[in-house]
Amino acid sequence: MEPFVFLGNKSGASWMTFALILCCAVGTCELQEPKPTVPNDFQTVSPTQDDINKPQVFPEKEKTNLPMFTLHYSRIQVPFEFTMWVLLASFAKIGFNIYQKVTIWIPESCLLIGIGLIVGAIMHSVKEEPPAVLSSNVFFLYMLPPIVLDSGYFMPTRPFFENVGTVLWYAVVGTLWNSIGIGLSLFAICQFEVFGVQDINLQENLLFASIISAVDPVAALNVFDDVGVNEQMYIVIFGEGLFNDAVTVVLYSMFAFMTDMPVVESIDVFLGVARFFVVGIGGTLFGFLFGFVAAFTSRFTNKVREIEPLFIFMFSYLSYLVAELFAISSVMAIIVCAITMKYYVEENVSQRSCTTIRHVVKMLATISETLIFFFLGVVTITTEHEWNWAYILFTLLFAFMWRGLGILVLTQIVNPFRTIQLSLRDQFGLAYGGLRGAICFALVFTLPESTNRRNLFVTASIAIIIFTVAVQGISIRPIVECIKIRRTNKDLNTINVEIHTRTMEHVICGIEDLCGQWGHYYWKDKFKKFNDRVLRRILLRDNRAESSIVSLYKRLELQNAIELLDTPMGDISAAPSLVSLQDEKKEASRPKKKFLAADIKKMHNILSKNMYKIRHRTMVSKYNLPEDSRTREILIRRHASIRRSLRAGSFREQPAQSIAKSQKYYSLQPGGNLDSAFALRRQSHAVSELEHLQSSGASPRSSSRSLVPLKRLNTIEEPTAASEHPGGRAGSGSRGRKPPVPAPRRRSSRRAEEEEENNVVSEHPAGGEEQDPPPPQGWVPENRDPRENEAEDPLLRPSSRRPQRSQTP
Amino acid sequence: MGSRASTLLREEEIEEIKKETGFSHSQITRLYSRFTSLDKGENGTLREDQVNFRGFMRTLAHFRPVEDNEKNKNPPTTEPLNSRTNKLLFAFRLYDLDRDDKISRDELLQVLRMMVGVNISDEQLGSIADRTIQEADQNGDNCISFQEFMKVLEKVDVEQKMSIRFLH
Repeated sequence: MEPFVFLGNKSGASWMTFALILCCAVGTCELQEPKPTVPNDFQTVSPTQDDINKPQVFPEKEKTNLPMFTLHYSRIQVPFEFTMWVLLASFAKIGFNIYQKVTIWIPESCLLIGIGLIVGAIMHSVKEEPPAVLSSNVFFLYMLPPIVLDSGYFMPTRPFFENVGTVLWYAVVGTLWNSIGIGLSLFAICQFEVFGVQDINLQENLLFASIISAVDPVAALNVFDDVGVNEQMYIVIFGEGLFNDAVTVVLYSMFAFMTDMPVVESIDVFLGVARFFVVGIGGTLFGFLFGFVAAFTSRFTNKVREIEPLFIFMFSYLSYLVAELFAISSVMAIIVCAITMKYYVEENVSQRSCTTIRHVVKMLATISETLIFFFLGVVTITTEHEWNWAYILFTLLFAFMWRGLGILVLTQIVNPFRTIQLSLRDQFGLAYGGLRGAICFALVFTLPESTNRRNLFVTASIAIIIFTVAVQGISIRPIVECIKIRRTNKDLNTINVEIHTRTMEHVICGIEDLCGQWGHYYWKDKFKKFNDRVLRRILLRDNRAESSIVSLYKRLELQNAIELLDTPMGDISAAPSLVSLQDEKKEASRPKKKFLAADIKKMHNILSKNMYKIRHRTMVSKYNLPEDSRTREILIRRHASIRRSLRAGSFREQPAQSIAKSQKYYSLQPGGNLDSAFALRRQSHAVSELEHLQSSGASPRSSSRSLVPLKRLNTIEEPTAASEHPGGRAGSGSRGRKPPVPAPRRRSSRRAEEEEENNVVSEHPAGGEEQDPPPPQGWVPENRDPRENEAEDPLLRPSSRRPQRSQTP
Repeated sequence: MGSRASTLLREEEIEEIKKETGFSHSQITRLYSRFTSLDKGENGTLREDQVNFRGFMRTLAHFRPVEDNEKNKNPPTTEPLNSRTNKLLFAFRLYDLDRDDKISRDELLQVLRMMVGVNISDEQLGSIADRTIQEADQNGDNCISFQEFMKVLEKVDVEQKMSIRFLH
């Protein structure tokens, strides 16, 4: 396989390079049309270019007949150029990823800057101006929000909230420390005449320092993610990068304001601090507000599924814009909005919408980021630079120094308050992972033209960004692997782990209570209660709680089932178990056997029709399904155990009676609304559909149990109006041929970032639930009877069953 | 309460507890006052189970955070109570009620039932328990032994999950 792939790569690579150059050339050719006004804002279409563009319209003037070919470049200019740039940047991305090794060793941002430099050089040589992508408006209104939304949406909430204090500590205090430290040191340097930068006063230095203290660890995060560093470190650097955007912007505006003022009084400093709080807390509040409104809106969108994702995007963007309106931290607003709304929206919204939202968020963010780094390269060549060795080198030096010192000091202060302390290695990783990136770049470009030594600042920023991204970005991977930072294993997708970690959490909760301490589990518990009692009721359309253990279990069973279908002899592998079981059953008659074989096919068809959608989703997932051998093994063991149980429980009564009972029970459900009753019935019909396929009315129920791997699954909820046919379930004859009607999708377990596609879409049980489980172990004997009644729909939510249960939670 | 507490707890006892559990002096005194405030009956034990203060401290010692620098000092002769293995053993014993060093399906079901709540049928809970055992069971006895338990959790950050920060 190796040499073959390599060959493919080689030709692919050369083809890609060719395409890239072609694109470049075409791009620059297009741009060679005289462009009198560089559009500041892509949204303004420039219709007044006709006079100047006339020369380009060649054949028209000479002929008097109807022209065959005309060119209307000016009409499409702006969107066309935008598309070309985006395509160019994306081709570059394709190009890098051909060679896996390249992206492992060199971070993508670095490569993009490189390509940008090349394109910039080309453009510079033909004396073209790049589009003003990085002007203040375009960057802050169009390019930044998607990136921040992506970070906020995919933030791993559990680790975040466990470490929120540390994260905010580093983000706020760390950034302050950095900017003030760097600013003061640079000011000290400026005092020396020999460097020739005496004219930069304190405010300007502070301003510059605040610009370059913005950490943007994108490249570092990719490396950390790949390597799998421990959770604390990852979330600290992730959160820091995210929240210090807010701090930096505040500092920037504060210092910018101060530079204009001749004299800075202490009252201004005080106001600055107060303003910081206003900005931060205001942003958070706005985020909450919009998040809740979005979640609430999503409750009612079940009839308009096609535009569901739109609400999410519009509300997040709106939160950003409104925060900008009030000049409070829009970054905080959009992050908080995303975090708040994600949890509720993903429960209310359909499976497809959920996938769409995630996918689009990722896509927009990737485009934005790609374009930013790309233009970083382009603009480097095409702007005017002012190079001052001393200033720039010292800036680099101080940036390193203050970051390192900062992390060290801050960690010393915060470690005693942490359960898991950050070791020296973690600290080193944090310090070294402090790359600079997009925000820094954009901020420096928004410096007003009148600023003293603006070009020097621009040059210095670019130099620092390129240096950190290139040098630190490339070297961080070997360093992280070398100094053996404590790692975590993200692939913990087993039921065992879920159960045992939950147990441990409960234990810790109890012990904390015993010791009279209020750890964060206490708050977590309180929040959970509040959530269940108040928030979920208001914001969720379908408020049925599900344990994370159960949803993980369902997800895993689903994966097993998919793998079963995925094997080349997919249909057949399930069949032998069925057929062999039939062989074991002496009472199985011939005709039943034939019937069953045909039914298996039908059943597989239906399942694959529904499961096919799932497969598409899982292919988009970043994380792979668990290793084949393991799941196969589990599958085989389950087959065996089911076979054993079937032998034991071979002479069972018909489901008919219990079905009738359960049906009666559903209709009598006290206090339940009609909707949930219908929902339950819908699901029960899906069961009946499958049951019918597997067994005729008279055959022993045991046979239906054989399709065990596909057991515990509910079908997806599709937005079509579900036909509700209550009744008709009793007895086999009336089992309808309705398509399996879906159940509401459930939120899967808490690992937010891993569960892109692993939502609980489940297929319906293969009707095996009427049976008793494997020979009773006698642990809750009193529940045997009720269990038989509800046995058909074990996955159905609850409220129907509560009155029957005599158990305490 | 504080002064009374410390008089009830003798210095030698504090030293012994310190050696056994690794808590610091102030932590022990603080926990003792907590113990006495929990101990309503004032008979030196908690509840009917007769957990005296030593037992209380021993249990709590499991939850001390694991310290990196413990390797530097002379390694204690016996494993400290808050080592990873002991933490796992503590968790294991939560399941294993009959102390036969195995988690059977029933025991697992009991814990699951308590954790998952009332919304799930026994059927489904049974299958979850089945799957749990199948994932972990290596020797096919349909029970989870302590070794299997440790193996399943080998990649989990138990030191973090089973630790709380004791205040001084």
